[in-house]
Parts: sequence; structure tokens; C-alpha cells
Amino acid sequence: MTDGQYALEARGIVKIFGNHVALDKVDFGLRPGEVHALLGENGAGKSTLIKILTGAYQPTLGDVIVDGSPVTLNNPQHAQTHGIGTVYQEVNLLPNRSVAENLYLGHQPTWFGFVDRRKMERDARTVLARYGLNIDPSSELGAHSVAVQQIVAIARAVELSGKVLILDEPTASLDRNEVERLFDIIRDLKAQGLAVVFITHFLDQVFAIADRVTILRNGKLIDTKSLDNLTRTDVVRLMLGKDIAFSGATQLEENRPLGEVLLDFKGYGKKRSVMPFNLTIHKGEVVGVAGLLGSGRTEMARIMFGADSADEGTVSVAGKPTSISKPTDAIAHGFGFCPEDRKAEGIFGDLSVRENIVIALQGKLGWFSALTRDEQMEIAGRYGESMDIRAASLDMPIKLLSGGNQQKAILSRWLATDPTFLILDEPTRGIDVGAHAEIVRTINRLRDEGLALVVISSELDEVVAYSSRIVVMRDRELVAELNGENINPGVIVQAIANHKDGVQT
Amino acid sequence: MNRSLRPLVATALIFAIAYALAVMQFPSMFSTRVLGNFLTDNAFLGIAAVGMTFVILSGGIDLSVGAVIGFTGVLVAVLISWAGVHPLLAFAIAIVVAGAFGAIMGLAIHYLQVPAFIVTLAGMFLARGGASVITRDSVPINHEFYAWISDLTIRLPGGGRLSIIGLTMVAIFIIGALVAHRTKFGSYVYALGGNPVSASLMGVPVARTTVAIYALSSVLAALSGIVFSLYTSAGYPLAAVGVELDAISAVVIGGTLLTGGYGFVLGTFIGVMLLGLVQTYIIFDGTLSSWWTKIVIGILLFLFIVLQRLIFVASAPGEKTSKA
Repeated sequence: MTDGQYALEARGIVKIFGNHVALDKVDFGLRPGEVHALLGENGAGKSTLIKILTGAYQPTLGDVIVDGSPVTLNNPQHAQTHGIGTVYQEVNLLPNRSVAENLYLGHQPTWFGFVDRRKMERDARTVLARYGLNIDPSSELGAHSVAVQQIVAIARAVELSGKVLILDEPTASLDRNEVERLFDIIRDLKAQGLAVVFITHFLDQVFAIADRVTILRNGKLIDTKSLDNLTRTDVVRLMLGKDIAFSGATQLEENRPLGEVLLDFKGYGKKRSVMPFNLTIHKGEVVGVAGLLGSGRTEMARIMFGADSADEGTVSVAGKPTSISKPTDAIAHGFGFCPEDRKAEGIFGDLSVRENIVIALQGKLGWFSALTRDEQMEIAGRYGESMDIRAASLDMPIKLLSGGNQQKAILSRWLATDPTFLILDEPTRGIDVGAHAEIVRTINRLRDEGLALVVISSELDEVVAYSSRIVVMRDRELVAELNGENINPGVIVQAIANHKDGVQT
Repeated sequence: MNRSLRPLVATALIFAIAYALAVMQFPSMFSTRVLGNFLTDNAFLGIAAVGMTFVILSGGIDLSVGAVIGFTGVLVAVLISWAGVHPLLAFAIAIVVAGAFGAIMGLAIHYLQVPAFIVTLAGMFLARGGASVITRDSVPINHEFYAWISDLTIRLPGGGRLSIIGLTMVAIFIIGALVAHRTKFGSYVYALGGNPVSASLMGVPVARTTVAIYALSSVLAALSGIVFSLYTSAGYPLAAVGVELDAISAVVIGGTLLTGGYGFVLGTFIGVMLLGLVQTYIIFDGTLSSWWTKIVIGILLFLFIVLQRLIFVASAPGEKTSKA
């Protein structure tokens, strides 16, 4: 294929935010009449690349080329005039307006300045019919299912742009039948010669619909390949960056005696979130959770902590059945949770490091036994030192700290409450190598001190290094529990990719 | 559209029932005279409420309306009585000044990303303060144009009179309804109220629309101030205190969702009429304190907010589950 045949091409794209390189010389070519999957874990640079292709960001270096000529895309509307339309995961339409208006907003047919509603609805009906939708165009969009809204969004994008369609996780909130329906539409559009970029976390869907796949990791282009001669395992391996020789289990914990049972989850689950799972957690044990993004890892952590309440199953703590339906229940049992999205769910950016560290302890103590400033300083100082939090002062706003130091402060926050069980969701994401090693050391130290930990991570080497046991999540289901010499990246990759490959659990 | 029609139907029903009950007690309330006065007495509130409808539909709020009415009254009175300007020119000046004032508020709301509540609160103090700086006293307007307009009425069978200001209000409502429901600008207003992020992704000119909405609200407030000065033949800096709250009540009682995105201009008309009906009833009764108006408005408002909650919560389609 020569370059001229690309409908949309990105060449040598570099995007730098501050001193963080989000994309490093990425090339991406999209042919007319193909469905091109874009894969990568969080932080791989997918969304940055998409935002550059839709004009939401400008590349620091490199060119975006439409039909062979370089263009500058100022904003999504401008990209639309070049024929590039985008549909986002969350339907970005107006639920309070009619279907027809959502299709044509900003481009309504007018008659002496007044919107010609009848013509608009007539046109809408013909357009929708092409997508197999037989709904009243004058009905309110919000009255329809998410799948229908998603199709309307696609119809709008295609009507207004018509050359390239970018689908950013369009299936995230659809059920199986709805996904099939969406795929039929995508196949139709592909047959009409549209170029489609498809972003998803579901590998099944990639293999069901895509012709080629581009994989990004840590801002770098790993490969662009035709899917014909790729297996699922290959793709997972490329995404996670494991050129794995299938051998060498890391024999770390061979004969470590298990502590007493601390937690026992039985048939624990929540509809539309995590399928029921069984999990027993012992004292002095690290349970690693592996799985791709969207596999239900975070959801599992959230219902364990009561951030979402489970709607089936039972849990017992130290042998006694109990219920954990909200975080305060969990904290009362001595749980701690360091969430994945540190900025949004972890830190209180404008509060000081000290306040961030003592806040969970204060929450546990209740309203009437306020910690004095001296006590706060003492606690914060102790953890600041033992965790090696590098801050000019413990009274500076935590948002000014680096990611690694923020993570250490959040860990300190829970350690201050003297927990028995800690859940860490991606504790090492987005932090530098030094801090990374320190967090891993801390995890090991806490385990030796008899804490039970559940650690979620996409870094397979890391999970393997500190886990006593690994559970693997796929499609919102706990699919495998690995022990002993099965704790190695090769087995994990296979378990993530496809259980049919035969992983003994 | 069905969902958003329901509060409107409810308002219309309540108005019809309330009016029927009032007529049963005081048969003379069913007359063209009362109806004509209805329009005249509520004209300034109605005109301001049309502007407020646009603001609330877009998801905003405008607290400066009452102050702009007061300021316009004083400005017009001073221009006519002290400076000897012809009323029509004074009206034009007042409308241009108010338009600029509203546009500046809109700019601040959009570009500084300050909540409309705060910006228009500042606008309220500015306009009210400005009016009081011009004069502390009521300024009477004695101009033959005012006398001529006041006499200009359409006689209705049954002794009622349709005044120019009442007709102005009706015209504003009709134009307002056309703009809201039949123009691109109207669809942008609803789009902003539905979801501003989606709206901007769909190519709605958010800045332009926001500025236009607040300019429109201030212009209509100025028109309302002019009508108020015709009604009272004077300008007083403390006139129309709290009218913005009456306007908000009329809009909400008229079925517009306070958080924006749903509602009709016609609903606001019925809302204004319902408020007028309560007042007229109390005047007819003669024994009730006029503060009962406030209590009834309070009850109505509360009722409508609960009603809207019920309608919109009950029929909201299944929310998306948490993100992947």
C-alpha cells in the first residue's frame, strides 16, 4: 500500500505535555473501507492520538494528513469539515431534544430563518432508516436506549463528515445484542468505503470486527498488523509488552505458610459490574489481580471496599459473616483502599500533605475526637519519614507533589488507620522508577508485617514479583486463580487472552 | 416531547381549576374587564419572565432582572423629565444600555467561567446601585406621549379594556415562543440547558449563544422597565425589588425545569397568569392580607418542583452503568 491510499494518516506524531512525552513518533495510517482497531492500556496514548486526529489537541511535532495533503485541525468542528467524525463512549448528544434535532443541530434546514421542522424530521426518517432504526424522529432522544442513542450519534457523525469515523469505546455500555447491532452498522459503513477507527478494551470485539490493529504502549507505536494472522495471545502480549519465554516461574514464595483466613468472599458480585466471585484472603498475603482494563478489576476492588455495594453473595471477616455496603463499614473493619484514579478519587488536591495523611484516621475517629495540629504533625511526620515522602513541607498542597509522592501519601493515609487489609488499585501507575521500586518494597514489607493486600496492576512483572497468589479477571469475571509456579507472565497472558487455551487453575 | 409537556398540562389544568373555583365564588371575576386588567397589571412581570425563560432553559439564572427594571425606569424618567428627551429615544437608549449590560454579564459567565448566579448577583447590585446614584427619589413623568399611550386601549365587549402594555406582553410572548421553538438560536438555548459539553462538541456556538441569552434577558427587563414606567408614570430606583424572584417563580410554575433543557414559553405565560389570578382573588376577597399571595406562590412553587422531580425521575431512561 502506498501512502496515497490512506484516508487519514498521522506521521511522526510527537505530543509533549509539560515534560511528559505522551506520544513518541507515532505513525498511524487509516485506509478507506477498513475497520482499524486501536489498542493499548490506559496511558498508552490512545486518547491523545484520537484527540490529535479529531483536532482537540495539536501535535507538538509531526503531521496529520487527510487524503494525501497535510492539514491543521483546529478543533473537532474543523476536523468535521475534513470529513472526520467522532463518536464518544458517553453519548455526547442532547437527551432533552428530539432525535431529528440531535441529527441536525447546527445544520437544521431553515425557511426564512425558521427551522423547517417537517423537512428536518422527514430527512431524519430517511437517514435513520438506513441504520435500521424505525423510530419517530420527533421523539425525545433521552427516551431511547443507550444503543439507539449511540446509533443516532454515529448517524450524525457520518452525515456531517462522511469519510472517517472514529468510535471511542462505543460498546462500553451496550449489551451483547446491542453490540451485534452496532457491528452490523459498522460493517455497512465499511462496505460504503468509510474508514473506521475502533477503540475498545474488549479483545473479542476487536477480532469480531476489525481488519487491522495498531497497538500503542507507553506513548510508543508497537506495531500495526493485519488481524488475519494474529492470535489473541499475540495481541495481549503486544499490549502488555511481554516477549515472554514460557518458562521460569519466579519461585518466590514456595513454602510460605499461609496465615489465618482474614476475608472470605463467597459468590460476591454486583449486576452489570462484576460477576459473582469466590475469594479467600489470608493474613500476610498479597493477592495480585491481573486483567486488561475494563475486565472488572477495579469494580471488584470497589465492591470489596463497599464503594459500590454488592447485590449478591456473602462476606465474612475473620470468620464472622458481616456486610460491607459502604466505605465506612469497610474502614470500621480495618480496610483501606488506594484507588486507581489518584487525582479524582484519591487526593484532596488543595489540602496539605498533612491533612491528606490524617484524613482517614480522623474519619475513623469520628467528629468528636479531633486530632490536634500537633498530633497531626506527629503522624504526618512519622509517615513522611518512614515512607520517604519528598515534600518541601508537609503543609504544602498535595497537588504540587509528584505522582509517586502522592501515592506514598495516600498509602500513609491508610497505614495511619492501622489497617488489616489494603486494596491497592494500580499503585505504581504514572510514577517514576525510583518511587515505583519503593512502593513495591513497601508492599513486601507490609505483607511481612502480616497485612493482607489485594494489588491490581497491569504491570505483569510487578504483579509476579510481589504476589503470593494471582487472580485473573476477564470480561467482568474472575476466570483463574494462579498459584506457585503458575505465577508467571506467560500463564497470566494466556489466562487473560483466552481460557480455552487451557490454563489449569 | 411528552415528558416536558406534562408539567405544562398540569399548570394549565391548575389554572383552569383555580379560575373556575374563583369564578364560582366571585362570578364577576369572569369578565373581560378582569381579564383585560390581568394582562395590564402583569405586563411588566410577563415580559421579564419571557427573558427569564430563555435564561433558565439554558441552565442559567438571572438575578439582575428586578434591578434592571428599576434602573431602566429611573433612566427613562430622568431622560424624559430632566433632559427633555423624547420618550421613544429614551426607550431606545435604555434598551441599548441594558443590552450591553446583559452582554457583558454573558461574556463574564462564559469566559470567566463564573456561575451565572454570582455574575448576575453582581449585576443586580450594580444596576440597583446605579439607579440610586442617579436619584434617590421617585421621578414623575409628565409627557403627552405617556398620556396618549395610556389612553390608547382597545375596548372589549363587556367593558373590558386591552391596553397597549398588555398587548405588548402578549406580542413578546408570541415572539418569544417562535424564537424558542422555531429558530436555530432557540435550539441552541435548549442544547446548552441539556448538556453544555455535548452542545459544544456538536458545534453549538456556546459563547455567542450565552452572550445573546443574557443580553436578551436584560433587553426584555428594560422593556419591562419601560412598561412599568408607563404603568406608574414615574421612575423610582427601588421599584420592582424582587421581581426577578417572581419571574423565576412564574417560569418554574409554568413547567420549565429549573436546571434547564425542558420547558415552554407558553408555560411561563400561564405561570404569570396563575400568579396574577392569586393576586386578583385576594383583592376580590378583600379580607385576606396580601401576604397570602406569597404563601400561595410558595405552595405552588413547591408543588411544581416536586411534580417535576417525580416526572423526570420516574421516566428517566436507565442510567448508564459506571464507566469501564
